Amino acid sequence: MYEQLSWLSSMSIDYLGHIDAPGHPLPLYSFTVPAGFPSPAQDHIEREISLDELLGLRLPQVFLARVGGDSMKGVGIFDGDLVVVDRAIEAKPGLIVIAALNNEPLIKTLCKDGDQFILRSENATFAPRYVLENDELLIWGVVLYSIRSHTNARA
Amino acid sequence: MQEPKPCFALVDCNSFYASCERVFRPDLARVPIVVLSNNDGCVVARSADAKPFIKMGEPYFQIREKLVQHGIVAFSSNYALYGDLSQRVMTVIDSLVVNSTAYSIDEAFCDLGGMTLPLERLGRQIRSKVLRYTGIPVGVGIAGTKTLAKLANHAAKRWQRQTGGVVDITDSVRRDKLLKVCDVSDVWGIGRKMTEHLTGMGINTAWDLAKADPWTLRKRFSVLVEKTARELQGVPCLEMDEINSPKQEICCSRMFGTRLTAIEPLREAVAAYAARACEKLRAQNSLCKKVRVSIRTAMFNPDEPKFARGVICELPYPTDDTRVITKAAVAALSELFQEGFKFSKAEILLMDLRQPNEFTADLFAPAQSKGDGRVMHVLDEINAKWGRGTLRTGRVPVTPEWNMRRELKSPSFTTRLDELWTVR
Repeated sequence: MYEQLSWLSSMSIDYLGHIDAPGHPLPLYSFTVPAGFPSPAQDHIEREISLDELLGLRLPQVFLARVGGDSMKGVGIFDGDLVVVDRAIEAKPGLIVIAALNNEPLIKTLCKDGDQFILRSENATFAPRYVLENDELLIWGVVLYSIRSHTNARA
Repeated sequence: MQEPKPCFALVDCNSFYASCERVFRPDLARVPIVVLSNNDGCVVARSADAKPFIKMGEPYFQIREKLVQHGIVAFSSNYALYGDLSQRVMTVIDSLVVNSTAYSIDEAFCDLGGMTLPLERLGRQIRSKVLRYTGIPVGVGIAGTKTLAKLANHAAKRWQRQTGGVVDITDSVRRDKLLKVCDVSDVWGIGRKMTEHLTGMGINTAWDLAKADPWTLRKRFSVLVEKTARELQGVPCLEMDEINSPKQEICCSRMFGTRLTAIEPLREAVAAYAARACEKLRAQNSLCKKVRVSIRTAMFNPDEPKFARGVICELPYPTDDTRVITKAAVAALSELFQEGFKFSKAEILLMDLRQPNEFTADLFAPAQSKGDGRVMHVLDEINAKWGRGTLRTGRVPVTPEWNMRRELKSPSFTTRLDELWTVR
């Protein structure tokens, strides 16, 4: 779960509201007991907590990827972390995306300046990458969560 | 009330194996791809742009130079990846139609009877949602019978650019127009031999077949050919099981009559489907090395908890033994099953098929006895592996075959944590 960028708050509030865009219900977040006519006790059955469900890992549009390098450390995404990527969510400026820029898979914050798309690293040592006319940009998906192991074991 | 007019859609993934290889390799979007059979034997799949250069079934060792010459990239088959992406595609399709049945790893028939939406629009919706969610391009054919839907799908592929990958021939004028431009060999279930017989009778196009006398077709050939002709006329009469196409996978998938919540009836269903799939396997004289089991709830009802998961199970040796495959499938089900869901469908997919003489040439394969003791030993192996989840990845014990395959195999992007896509 990444921190929101401080500069984001200076942007239009519209952007902040689109992390779960309309039209993409996330049923796994709101568990309901199956309907029918069950025994009264069933009303009180609770299932085990499932990270699969919380992160939407079983949804057909959700994929995992591993982060290489520290270009996103400013938002708390570090080398070796796992990221949960949703292909169905519309990539809006301010969201962290997986993008293929000239076929190179990148994790960056998507920004837009007028008509100009920018892929921004969250690390001062990486210059922002302006997407130029001859560049080929493919937005592969939007990063919803990141998962970090705090031991030497791989996440 | 009047019964709604029958209507079917066939959703078919474009060059499925090759498309899977491209999902995590944007650099290969415009690079031709071939996928090789187990042990890197021969070509089993080609991307559209590789088709002009490479024939189906060409042995890998014979075409190496040709691959280099045309810049074609070869992959060993990565069944874990294909199985996972197939499941995702089917789940997305399920979310858009009430009743769909996987016909093979990359095809699903949808029953659109009673759908109120304009059908072509629904077809485009299926196409765009599957592409966006999974990265896999599909074609959609829509018609009043399954055979016509298959033909419409063929047209969607052949005239990809003009049709945008969706062809609806529920309208009889459009249907007849298509029948007239398609060769009889384009028709579902009409193989090369049958085509020769038919052209000998002056039946050259799909239209000719549709107009042929059904009784003559039945007498000279079979009920199947007769039914195919009737289907082309728009009269639905083929069940899914009746059509046998040459298959690289065998799929048995059904909707349950009622939703199942307990594991016992699911087990029966899985065992029954496995038995049916094994019959099909033996009927085409193949052996299989991997079986994929998946169970799912309906995806259509937004108010019910949804579930769609599958696992791939590596079989100890290429086999057509129902007992071996059923046991593996049932073990896989126990791994998959979770309380609290109303399951609507189970699916058995037999993968990595081979002919009996294809693998005996492998001197380094472990000695294979098909005795019961071996079967039990294998089961123990499977169960031991289940606990650690290794079976799910489709990983094979170290054998020469596996070593060789690994050289060209893409990572198991979706099923192994240590092989995930790396982004920088």
